[in-house]
Amino acid sequence: MAEATRVGADSAAVHEVDSAGIQEMDPDAIHEMDSGAIHRKNERRPYGPLADSWRTYRLVAGMWIRSTMTYRASFALTLVTSFCVTFFDFVVILLMFGQVKGLGGFGFAEVALLYGTAGTSFGIADLTMGSLQRMGKRVRDGSLDTFLMRPAPLLAQVAADKFALRRFGRVAQGLLVLVWALLLLDVEWTPLKVLLLPVTVASGTVIFASVMVLGASTLFWMQDAAEVTNSFTYGGNTLLQYPPTIFAQELVRGVVYVVPLAFVSWLPALYVLGRPAPAGVPEWAAFVSPLVAAVCCGVAGLAWRAGIRSYRSTGS
Amino acid sequence: MLRLYATVAAGGFRRHATYRVATAAGVFTNTVFGFVLSYTYIALWDERPQLGGYSIDDALAYVWIGQALITVCGMMGGGFEDELIERIRTGDIAVDLYRPADLQAWWFSAHAGRSAYQLLGRGVVPMAVGALAFHFTLPSGPGGWIAFLVAVALGSTVGFAIWYLVAMSAFWLLDGQGVVQVAWLGGLFFSGMLLPLNVFPGALGEVARMLPWASLLQVPADVYLGKYVGWELAGAYAFQGCWALVLFGAGRAAQAAATRKVVVQGG
Repeated sequence: MAEATRVGADSAAVHEVDSAGIQEMDPDAIHEMDSGAIHRKNERRPYGPLADSWRTYRLVAGMWIRSTMTYRASFALTLVTSFCVTFFDFVVILLMFGQVKGLGGFGFAEVALLYGTAGTSFGIADLTMGSLQRMGKRVRDGSLDTFLMRPAPLLAQVAADKFALRRFGRVAQGLLVLVWALLLLDVEWTPLKVLLLPVTVASGTVIFASVMVLGASTLFWMQDAAEVTNSFTYGGNTLLQYPPTIFAQELVRGVVYVVPLAFVSWLPALYVLGRPAPAGVPEWAAFVSPLVAAVCCGVAGLAWRAGIRSYRSTGS
Repeated sequence: MLRLYATVAAGGFRRHATYRVATAAGVFTNTVFGFVLSYTYIALWDERPQLGGYSIDDALAYVWIGQALITVCGMMGGGFEDELIERIRTGDIAVDLYRPADLQAWWFSAHAGRSAYQLLGRGVVPMAVGALAFHFTLPSGPGGWIAFLVAVALGSTVGFAIWYLVAMSAFWLLDGQGVVQVAWLGGLFFSGMLLPLNVFPGALGEVARMLPWASLLQVPADVYLGKYVGWELAGAYAFQGCWALVLFGAGRAAQAAATRKVVVQGG
């Protein structure tokens, strides 16, 4: 609790009231703010909105990390468990390959590459944005009001809320499998393929993060619907771990054209593996992941704004 | 006394029936996962027909039984342990202990009501969708369904007993998150939620099939698929029943030790 007050005081001390932050506020909340705060809005703004969000995120996340580190043993235990949970996920694939030589015509190293790229992207998105899932509770009990009152971007505050460093375990596991896959793979590497990998992981992270923001936006209307997001994030991650050849083609088309999860790993990874793109998708689609990520960001941003505008506090 | 627990159970049912959006969201998610897993199992059984003694239709039925029973048998959390741990942590548990009812029986009744609702609300629809989409194995006649429901009831009881024991650890640890996570891990892997336990190789498989988590999904699924005939069915029920008794006993012992020795939090 003391930590929370400290950060509150921290951000108040720098006198930065983001104009976007004001827009995001409930109209009633603005009326309740003292006129001093409104005046400050017109003063110089030392940071742009993005830098401002990053600053907020860092402050709040840093606070939660410090608070976690108070109980180091507990943190170590949860970090290890987090790693194990995702590791067991991979054990399933190992067990499957103990029984068969290939799945849908894909060998172990190839499936490991799909697993590693999707897993790493999902891990980073989950680490940075995973807390959004719990926003429904804050909407229901009205504690989101406190966040809206603070002169800092709401999305950054909610995303960093209860920042759990232990979720790094998932990232570590994803990276480990990715490295393993790269060691096992017998692929003719070209500069383009080498460059494509980090770009894929980065774009995949942004796509997953956008889905999480989009999912959180719906919580403004339906606080209990958080689980639907799971089917696209966790479910999408599970889907992407397996070769597209084993799924029904309608399903594959769905994750290319409707919820563009195929761009997280499938399409670029298939290019790296020198395999044809699924469901009649053109070859160049392997390279448009960053573009898709940017569009996803835009859609998520719009949904988030619409969500905040329709926010009605519980009033209690 | 029995009427009291019946009322608590009815309350548990009604309480969860209130969250219709959450139920719909859960059904949607279970169905999506059911589809994803079904295709991976099809790929696996395509390569190795009769893997683990299952035909592809059996394996697909297994997937959807798993999705239907997630919340009923508590493979990924009993659904009550967070609340119970929070009550222990804040000291509200003192109020519960004052009640003229047994703590374990009280929570078990509430769990029974909740499970019944989850079976109807979250179990039936994904099973029906899966059956329509994949035409998997169905039990032979009403007798098969009844045998399955008995196994589910026993599985749900074992699930409760596991999570109750986990929650009791909070009396000593206060922060139950570490234990909850470990139990979660065990439940996810050893219940056969990710892969049927009869596909697990060698000793790992044999150990996994002996652990209490096997009661949650593997045994009900095998009963559903008619893998037990005659006295074997009684043996399967006995396996579940024994684990239920042992874990209930352990929960009781932990509860007794906790209420005797531990100072309740809060002021």
